[in-house]
Amino acid sequence: MGTVIDVRHVSKSFKIHHERHQSLKERLLHPRSGSTEVFHALRDVSFEVGANETVGILGHNGSGKSTLLKTICGVLQPTSGEIRLRGTLAALLELGAGFQTELSGRDNVYLYGAMLGLSKRAVDAIFDDIVAFSEIEHFIDTQVKFYSSGMYVRLAFAVAVNVDPDLLVVDEVLAVGDERFQAKCIDRIRRFQEEGRSILLVTHNADQVRALCDRAIVLNAGELIADGPTASSLRAFREHLLEDNADRDERPAQTNVTIAAVTTPTGSFDVRSGASMHFDVEIDSQSAYSGNFVLEVFTRSGQLVSRSDAQGAPVNLSPGRNVVGVDLAQLPLLDGVYDLNVGVVDAHGHTRIAWREQAASIQVSYDGRAGGVVELGATIRQQ
Amino acid sequence: MSDAAEAPARRRLADDAPVRVVSARAPLRTRLTTLWSRRELLLGLIGSDIRIKYKNSALGIVWSMLSPASMLAMYYLVFSIFLKNGIPNFVVYLFSGLVVWNMFQISLNTATGVIVDRAGLVKKVSFPREILALANVGASVVYFVIQLCVLLIFLAIIGHAPDWGFLWLLPISFLTLYLLTASLAVVMSAVTVYLRDVKHLMEVVLQFWFWLTPVVYSYENSIAAPLHRHGLSNIYFLNPVTLIVLTFQRIFYVSTVVHSTTTGALIKILPTWSFEKFLALNSALLGITVVMFLAAESLFGRLEGNFESEL
Repeated sequence: MGTVIDVRHVSKSFKIHHERHQSLKERLLHPRSGSTEVFHALRDVSFEVGANETVGILGHNGSGKSTLLKTICGVLQPTSGEIRLRGTLAALLELGAGFQTELSGRDNVYLYGAMLGLSKRAVDAIFDDIVAFSEIEHFIDTQVKFYSSGMYVRLAFAVAVNVDPDLLVVDEVLAVGDERFQAKCIDRIRRFQEEGRSILLVTHNADQVRALCDRAIVLNAGELIADGPTASSLRAFREHLLEDNADRDERPAQTNVTIAAVTTPTGSFDVRSGASMHFDVEIDSQSAYSGNFVLEVFTRSGQLVSRSDAQGAPVNLSPGRNVVGVDLAQLPLLDGVYDLNVGVVDAHGHTRIAWREQAASIQVSYDGRAGGVVELGATIRQQ
Repeated sequence: MSDAAEAPARRRLADDAPVRVVSARAPLRTRLTTLWSRRELLLGLIGSDIRIKYKNSALGIVWSMLSPASMLAMYYLVFSIFLKNGIPNFVVYLFSGLVVWNMFQISLNTATGVIVDRAGLVKKVSFPREILALANVGASVVYFVIQLCVLLIFLAIIGHAPDWGFLWLLPISFLTLYLLTASLAVVMSAVTVYLRDVKHLMEVVLQFWFWLTPVVYSYENSIAAPLHRHGLSNIYFLNPVTLIVLTFQRIFYVSTVVHSTTTGALIKILPTWSFEKFLALNSALLGITVVMFLAAESLFGRLEGNFESEL
């Protein structure tokens, strides 16, 4: 089937004004002052999206994801290059951006529909579906300024997904509404996929990409660094995360005990989900000390996955270099990068004697179907 | 089930779906066809503009008839009863020029800042941005039509017939007015993004412009002679609004030369041009405003590229 989006060598640069002279007087008085810097948000990005494909776009903040999406939707014009689009497009960039708060929900549905390129008759045809999806039947003739933020967003989402687009562009808007509404949105996206439409999805959430996308594109500093099956793109994305964090700050130790290094026998922190892992923590101490050893595992979003300690058995440090071995028998973690914090605390566990944030990061690769952080190993069968 | 659902989607894409190209600069023709294809949005925005203006008011759009009607009554009292300026039916003369000026001024005052005011929308939703300015002009067109109706009702009440022969000029003259206003509105809305002062400057310029246009005074009766002596008549007519105002006055006020109500002397109120001359001048101006509109669209396209970094 044909190509729906064809992005050809698209670059976009912005002028950043360090001193804005936007009034006429200032422009006349300082015709040349105010330095401007050119910021390259996208550099020579090319890719194609075929019909019936769901493509995720991954990248850090400031990597150019949103710029790329806005360029595809025609909100921004590329500085060079071009984008060819086939069929109708519905964009969920910022939900409800086109709403006029003084007007009723009903009027706004028609206005927003017109903004997405629908005729009045076309909106008439889907009006009931929109209202039903948004679940605000009672308030449809109320002015939008009296809506709660949830109602506002639900109405906007309902319009956008009911317009019957060939291509749906979604920019991190799935984080809106309560969980039930989110599930409804995901359901709708899956139905779009079944119907053979194309979807372009921008998100920070790797799980969402893994769950919904066949393919993913990774942007870094405006450049396309990976374009391929979701799993391999996710890996590339993670590798970049690791590189970016290579020079992490080192906390000065509070006492004369310091964590020198965290090493693995192979030197690699890549591990497959479910495999065993061993690493050594090298601790330098200037005097003999007896305390407790603590290991914390965090996800990249800062969620504590697990905290474990030496389970009552003290770690006896002698002057000089000590090595503490940590064994993880069957790593139950799923695909992702996890940060390890290691440290020594006093026997009561109150005071940190030595601590190192992000002493190491492990990259877990996982090819299964489960999503989230932990593999529960659930077997599901009908009784 | 999923097969049945897939079929229409496949067919839709197989049918040579139109290819849209987003690139650094769209050619003027593409701009115009896109603009035309989004006319429903334009109508929707005009509708919402008017609805918002009269939201929560009991009389609603009736207000837009009441206010020109009361203005008309006021002018009638002041100029025909208290301050007799000698021009018979002066209120008809005044109001036929004022409908033109009001549309011009209200459009420009509202459209100039519209892109800046609706930055949130401009930065998030894709549509031809000049539609915002054109919607403001469109809303003024609605008020213009309402005021014209008030004028016609007033004419019927006082039994003053327009010049039926000259009435044919009305569509041409109105189209000229629309294109002129739209071109300026489109350009000004884009320029204001870069120079925010333009919004205020525009208000001042429009005040001067108002007095350079023969709305509350008669060109022939007041400044025609001194201007002619200094050879400035042609410069006066460079103001495109003047011709439109004169045409409207000729259509609705009709008489070019009248007897003064105070002295009884003959005074010349309007140019004594023939229908053919009015037609020729209006057609020429229409041609110029068409070119102006194309130029405005093209300029807007150039300025639009950097909106994002300025808003």
